[in-house]
Amino acid sequence: MALDKNGIAKRIAQELQDGYYVNLGIGIPTLVANFIPEGMDVILQSENGLLGIGTFPEKGKADPDLINAGKQTVTTIKGASFFDSATSFAMIRGGHIDLTVLGAFEVSEKGDIASWKIPGKLVKGMGGAMDLVSSAKNIIVATTHTDRDGNSKLKKTCTLPLTGVSCVKKIVTDLALIELTQRGFKLVERAPGVSVSEIQKATEADLIIEGEIPEMKL
Amino acid sequence: MNKVYKNATEALHGINDGMTLMLGGFGLCGIPENTLKELAKLKIKDLTCISNNAGVDDFGLGVLLRDKQLKKMIASYVGENKEFERQFLSGELDVELVPQGTLAERIRAGGAGIPAFFVPAGYGTEIAEGKESREFNGKMHLLEFALTADFAIIKAKYGDTAGNLIYNNTANNFNNMMATAGKITIAEVEELVPLGELNPNQIHTPGIFVQRIFQGKDYEKRIEFETTQ
Repeated sequence: MALDKNGIAKRIAQELQDGYYVNLGIGIPTLVANFIPEGMDVILQSENGLLGIGTFPEKGKADPDLINAGKQTVTTIKGASFFDSATSFAMIRGGHIDLTVLGAFEVSEKGDIASWKIPGKLVKGMGGAMDLVSSAKNIIVATTHTDRDGNSKLKKTCTLPLTGVSCVKKIVTDLALIELTQRGFKLVERAPGVSVSEIQKATEADLIIEGEIPEMKL
Repeated sequence: MNKVYKNATEALHGINDGMTLMLGGFGLCGIPENTLKELAKLKIKDLTCISNNAGVDDFGLGVLLRDKQLKKMIASYVGENKEFERQFLSGELDVELVPQGTLAERIRAGGAGIPAFFVPAGYGTEIAEGKESREFNGKMHLLEFALTADFAIIKAKYGDTAGNLIYNNTANNFNNMMATAGKITIAEVEELVPLGELNPNQIHTPGIFVQRIFQGKDYEKRIEFETTQ
């Protein structure tokens, strides 16, 4: 059965390591914070100027001066710090962030990502996405495998305006975990109960399939 | 030397049509509310505004947009504003979208006397069109230019009469860099204190960058997305 959003987030959380500094994008990526393994120190960065994002505040305790990059009210963990936007992007551009997780409209087999603009539809701006994808050491895309109309989001070539080129390292979808290699999309794990042929059918580009593909352990 | 002004009206003297303004804040967090309200009252127009976002329809920079005071907007994300969308799509408003980190660095560079610099953000995308590119350490970068403004208008939690500033939590954001990049920087603060009250170790923005300062009032501090447990 295909994973739900929480399932995707849960699988991505298995990629975390103790001491990681992580930037989580809006949507499914944000849910990864709920599945950080017990006892593991993972520090979440928010590009508007916060290292050490905590939980959402209790009702009635929201502070208008304390928000995340999605403009939601948040709290801080012990040991958190605040800084200006130039310092924040020095962390990002300087390669100090260990992992970036973000959503996408499309990913190509070369690791290009399109995530910010759909021509003819509303342009909202790229925010920090272009800075993040051009500099992160490790980028995982969290997305559904296909769009609402059933079109594959994993393409030979992106058709929408790009956010960045040759940058995505892994994709976790509702159907599979896929790694980006020199030769293209390599199928690494299947969602529980989803077959290799179902995954290939939902993928526009050809998958590299070597040996038995294990199921995800969630 | 007197940097202290009574209110936004006085602090804004000399502002005119066609000027370039920087406005601090991220979303509605840390925006100079008092000065924005006064700018709307002044009816000046053809402004170029450099700000990460464009406010919401009836608050912040959104009010200046609604009253058609802006000619051009330089921003990274403008999602929460319907009037912005309308003016952008109809071509009334000239818009330059800049990756957020590049925007922050262009402002920092402007204040630090660095005319241009290379960054990897946007290489291979449509924002690279017409920009010089160059390879460093095996990676492609784009040449980006510094930004400065006639007026930088920012907001801090505390300020003293010398213009030293301390921000609160994530309300720092673009304010700290913008302070350095204005020919004239106006800081509005929630609390203006006498010299010696602020701990020099805690100052975020040294007073040298601030030409005018006043204590604001009636802060609304609107929250865009109040999210609780």
